[in-house]
Amino acid sequence: MKKINWLVVIAGAVVGIAAVVLTLLGNPANMGFCIACFLRDIAGGVGLHSAAKVQYIRPEIIGLVLGAFVMALVKGEFRAKGGSSPATRFVLGMVVMIGALVFLGCPLRMVIRLGGGDLNALVGMVGFALGILVGIFFLKKGFSLKRSYTLGNAEGGILPAVLTGLFILAIAVPTLFKASEAGPGSMHAPIIAAFAIALVVGALAQRSRLCMVGGLRDTFMFQDLKLLYGFVAIFVLVLIGNLVQGKFKLGFESQPIAHSAHLWNILGMFLVGWGSVLLGGCPLRQLILAGEGNGDSAVSVFGMIAGAAISHNFGLAGAADAVNEAGEYVVGGIGTAGKVAVVICILVLLAISLLNVQKKEKNA
Amino acid sequence: MIDARGFSCPMPMAMVQKEVKKNAPAELVVLVDDKCAVENVSRFGKNSGYEVTVAQEGEEYRLTLKK
Repeated sequence: MKKINWLVVIAGAVVGIAAVVLTLLGNPANMGFCIACFLRDIAGGVGLHSAAKVQYIRPEIIGLVLGAFVMALVKGEFRAKGGSSPATRFVLGMVVMIGALVFLGCPLRMVIRLGGGDLNALVGMVGFALGILVGIFFLKKGFSLKRSYTLGNAEGGILPAVLTGLFILAIAVPTLFKASEAGPGSMHAPIIAAFAIALVVGALAQRSRLCMVGGLRDTFMFQDLKLLYGFVAIFVLVLIGNLVQGKFKLGFESQPIAHSAHLWNILGMFLVGWGSVLLGGCPLRQLILAGEGNGDSAVSVFGMIAGAAISHNFGLAGAADAVNEAGEYVVGGIGTAGKVAVVICILVLLAISLLNVQKKEKNA
Repeated sequence: MIDARGFSCPMPMAMVQKEVKKNAPAELVVLVDDKCAVENVSRFGKNSGYEVTVAQEGEEYRLTLKK
């Protein structure tokens, strides 16, 4: 029997506990952590989009990156590198974010939603797994974004530095930024608590290489379950947390900040799975890698922020199911623009996948 | 020899998997420059029945997989 990697189990468990605690402290339900949602909130906070309900400088994102940054420095793993198709990675980051906001969550939130009993997340996971399988197909065909190269330390410190500056400004001059007065953006844990918890999670994620995409990818591709243990640990701890609090609610309807438009949940997460395999990791992993000095991952994160702005400026993001004034349950989902965007994003991923298959590998 | 320097995960592991499946070499040297790649290739090698030794050379690593 293969050995269980306990570090990744512990990291997953801590992420699960952190998600439950952050929700108790004020974050939205089933959204203790959500990399896509929180990057979207930051995009709104700095005025890149004007969706009034999702604007807030989320300290969790800053804490995750800085936690990974400090841990990488301490462990001698900080290394500035980049140059592996950065423009392509920017576009991939955008596509992953558009897909995540169609579903209403990144892979991490998908697992957290599952732990809350939201079966729409299970539907999303079908699309996520299918997307990962398509990504693996192209990896096996020889897909590569080419090598990265060692760069100056200043390049590797860009995202940690930018986020540190943002954090200082958000605390010192909060009026500089937009902050939601209603909706998910208005619901948040106290700044210092959220930042401190995220620091710990970021450090642990750096040590364990925790990655939501990697869990399924490595299981399918290498029969390597290491990262999957982290994925499962998050689910189990969130499930226990919800059961203990009586918040576990199994079903499709009336789930917090979720819709039950199944096809679009599948396709949204299909984009996230496929795009993340091409990027080499999920949105959480991109943050952690950027903290370790990876400039390519920092570019991916900037792409995700741009993707969030595009999603909300062009009305592509999903709307949660809701009850209307007549008391009828209305299934949310995405509008026509969102549907067109999903199709375009699939074509973009296909083009990127095909154009980056290395001929030498192909004929080998 | 597989030169996986500059490639991020899962590429180094995928390159090794491809070589092992194709040629089943008794010995394989893999160059990487990323600690995560060291861990992943080592784990893959051990799970595939190889003994794995790692030598650090500056910021790079030389992994030798032997049957």
